[in-house]
Amino acid sequence: MSITRGDYCVIACAEAFRGDGEIMASPMAPVPKLGVGLALRTFEPDLVCTDGVAHLVDVQGKREGWMPYAKVFENLWWGKRHVMMGASQIDQHGNQNISALGPAHKPKVQLRGVRGAPGNTIHHTTSYWVGHHSPRVFVPLVDRISGVGPCNGAHEIRVVVTNLGVFDLCGPKQTMRLQSLHPGATVDQVQERTGFTVFIPDQIGTTRAPTAAELEIIEKLDPEARIRGAIKA
Amino acid sequence: MSDKRMTEAQVVAQLQDGMTLGIGGWGSRRKPMSLVRAIAASDLKDLTIVSYGGPDVGLLCKTGKIKRLIFAFVSLDSIALEPHFRAARQAGEIEITELDEGMFLQGLRAAGWGMPFLPTRAGLGSSVMTPELKTLICPYTGQEVVAVPALKLDAALIHMHRADIRGNAQYLNDDPYFDDLFAMAADRTYLSTERIGLDDTCSHRYLINRMMVTGVVEAPGGAWFTDCSPDYPRDEALQRRYAATAKDPDAWRAFAAEFLGAST
Repeated sequence: MSITRGDYCVIACAEAFRGDGEIMASPMAPVPKLGVGLALRTFEPDLVCTDGVAHLVDVQGKREGWMPYAKVFENLWWGKRHVMMGASQIDQHGNQNISALGPAHKPKVQLRGVRGAPGNTIHHTTSYWVGHHSPRVFVPLVDRISGVGPCNGAHEIRVVVTNLGVFDLCGPKQTMRLQSLHPGATVDQVQERTGFTVFIPDQIGTTRAPTAAELEIIEKLDPEARIRGAIKA
Repeated sequence: MSDKRMTEAQVVAQLQDGMTLGIGGWGSRRKPMSLVRAIAASDLKDLTIVSYGGPDVGLLCKTGKIKRLIFAFVSLDSIALEPHFRAARQAGEIEITELDEGMFLQGLRAAGWGMPFLPTRAGLGSSVMTPELKTLICPYTGQEVVAVPALKLDAALIHMHRADIRGNAQYLNDDPYFDDLFAMAADRTYLSTERIGLDDTCSHRYLINRMMVTGVVEAPGGAWFTDCSPDYPRDEALQRRYAATAKDPDAWRAFAAEFLGAST
């Protein structure tokens, strides 16, 4: 069976949670959900997950706790959480925007609002998932800062996973750095599809392939690759 | 013993132009939509709305009721972006105060607890820190925190599954949201309910007590197309129809005539 770009994205999302132990994992999109589902079933069995409504559920989906919004806020202020959010914009400093594009008083495009992104990023570990790496998302400076980057006080921006590779904020002056490329993706593609210069280290990693056992789990979580199949190279 | 039952029209008659109104629920979940519809169809104007926003905000944007919106998001959940809110924002029609979700919670708590502000770290370094929001230095640690001003409300509107005529009320879904905090942040709270009659089997669900409540409106189906599980789920078809009216004035007129009893 051939390993697809979508499979590498799931592995990269799962790896983002490695070492997290007993904290609440909050993946905000289907591919990160697959990644957390895989980590939970393999190397991070103690992750705490929700049903997406108001309860904590174990790996079988059985309820093991109550987590309404009021408790979500207390949990995130406590710091025992790792969220993987999406982004309408991310800049070279790791600031994220999900609020609006254009001027604050009359935006060109109103999005959903900052939601909990300012509090998430200042209190606990945050990663991002961008399914379509493009210069429209990766901009020199975001129009509005929802999630704060390292230079604005972020607790930890662990990784940014895209359909091309994995990035962190360990470039010069805490700017975006290429950590690993998914097999088949190139440095040229990354630069072409990013609206600023990504720091390219001397040693570039390659996103690891799933093992046969991992692939079996991923297939079960995503039958017929309905989620992974949407990821373009 | 006071009987606080009233109608939506009687609630609207107790509201005034320029008031600050809090609306309970979350996104497109357990919103007091029969009260919101009554406001949308009224002559009220220049309102400041405080909400974890859903179609309540969209409907009041579309009907021109909002001067200022205090919010962290506006979403229909199954439809990520609220089209009427977007249209109002992109036309520059409303003023905003945008807060992080947790800052918003601290503001409600401050209002209920009689505090001028409550501190939080949420918001630091982000675009919500407009000049109207101030920071403080912790006198013990020297750490900078945001002083979130109390979100004091002239009135709060909430929707509960069950209530009695004196204003004690229960939620029967899995999340209380912040309806009790809205009630305590407000000078007056008007609650709509699916049914008069408390459910004795759910002792831990008594979120609202009668000290918090000015008026009780019995409104079966009062959350309208938003989620009111376990009584009824969100009416996704109706919500889609509502969303589609943002791009079609004729569809909007038909929708308003049918659901607002008005030809706005």
